Amino acid sequence: MNSTSTHFVPPRRVGIYEPLHQFGMWGDTFKSNISNEGDMNMTPSHIIIANNQKLDNNLSEGTSHGTGGTPHMFDQEASTSRHPDKIQRRLAQNREAAKKSRLRKKAYVQQLETSRLKLIHLEQELDRARQQGFYVGNGIDTNSLGISEPMNPGIAAFEMEYGHWIQEQNKQICELRTVLQGQVSDVELRLLVETAMKHYFDLFRMKSAAAKADVFFVMSGMWRTSAERFFLWIGGFRPSDLLKVLLPHFDVMTDQQILDVCNLRQSCQQAEDALSQGMEKLQHTLADCVAGGRLGEGSYIPQVNSAMERLEALVSFVNQADHLRHETLQQMHRILTTRQAARGLLALGEYFQRLRALSSSWTTRHREST
Amino acid sequence: MDKVLRMSSEKGVVIFSKSSCCMSYAVQVLFQDLGVHPTVCEIDKDPDCREIEKALMRLGCSTPVPAVFVGGKLVGSTNEVMSMHLSGSLVPLVKPFQANLC
Repeated sequence: MNSTSTHFVPPRRVGIYEPLHQFGMWGDTFKSNISNEGDMNMTPSHIIIANNQKLDNNLSEGTSHGTGGTPHMFDQEASTSRHPDKIQRRLAQNREAAKKSRLRKKAYVQQLETSRLKLIHLEQELDRARQQGFYVGNGIDTNSLGISEPMNPGIAAFEMEYGHWIQEQNKQICELRTVLQGQVSDVELRLLVETAMKHYFDLFRMKSAAAKADVFFVMSGMWRTSAERFFLWIGGFRPSDLLKVLLPHFDVMTDQQILDVCNLRQSCQQAEDALSQGMEKLQHTLADCVAGGRLGEGSYIPQVNSAMERLEALVSFVNQADHLRHETLQQMHRILTTRQAARGLLALGEYFQRLRALSSSWTTRHREST
Repeated sequence: MDKVLRMSSEKGVVIFSKSSCCMSYAVQVLFQDLGVHPTVCEIDKDPDCREIEKALMRLGCSTPVPAVFVGGKLVGSTNEVMSMHLSGSLVPLVKPFQANLC
């Protein structure tokens, strides 16, 4: 039995890019097996059919499609009838070849399966790491190897900082939860509340710096998980949503508090609407800027300067939206008691934690179903 | 500066803005939501635009536009307006100038 020099190439990394090469090898295996028999001029498919149908004595009858032409076939008939052991030998070799092929195929499929599981596992790890706040490139300008396009240092710094921010946030939420379950003094609570508030204000400061580096990055919420991004409003959460999340958790409120919260909700909504309309106008004017000019000028923007000015204005909108979030938190802090504020901050923190967990569950569920 | 003082001392709410400024537009929308019809001065249409800008900055505005005056007094830019509104102090300030008192 001739030994083919073909064999499985050991998989590199995930190794799912080998298939074409290996299918070729199977074909080669058959071809080289046949060619060594000299006068038998059969195609690989013929061999497979012969083996599957177990046509022991009828190799060259009916199903034979020898490309060498009829003279060869008659020769075969003549030679094989005179040499039965030759037939047996060939049949045995065919069976061997087929068996080897089946084993190779089985090994290949198993290899594919392992690689697939490995891939799912890696992707799960990635999601888990992302959820825990370690940045692994999820924007379109980076890939998992790190650098394919020049990285914006301001954005890279922001993403690292955000990773740490999430870690710190999780710690604070944990502490709040523990503390609220037991007995805690108002003084201690006040400290926790102040820390939590300051933590949010730190985020707004970080975002402001990032917006100067790349406003589109902040606007698109690329640094957040997918479920959080679904609720995105000008680079973050809606202040009115914040109030919706907090309010159900306040057991007893005084009449004054109820009135204050009511007013805050209304003014928050009005401010949000005003900013939203400003954004819409910005979009319209930018579109007009880009769409203007004569037909057929390609990517040349006649009013490129004013288009750039519009984009600069985006930065002020992001800042203003964060200012609104800042003020909403500040006002809630003013209206509520310390204990209520602590519960509210816990509710808010857990809400975002759940959104992040939801994103993770969604990603893994989606993968497992394929 | 005189121009600024003259224009801002008009009764009611005066917003200095630029036709290209969408933030000024947002502030306008907010006041309209509160039932006020602000007087909008688009300084980029004014020949003395540069001077007006400088004057506004000197009066204490962080950015020349939008600059909001209520009853002749400077309230500030978008930041100040938003803060005041959320804290509940904007509505009482503009109450005398509300178009429809319901």
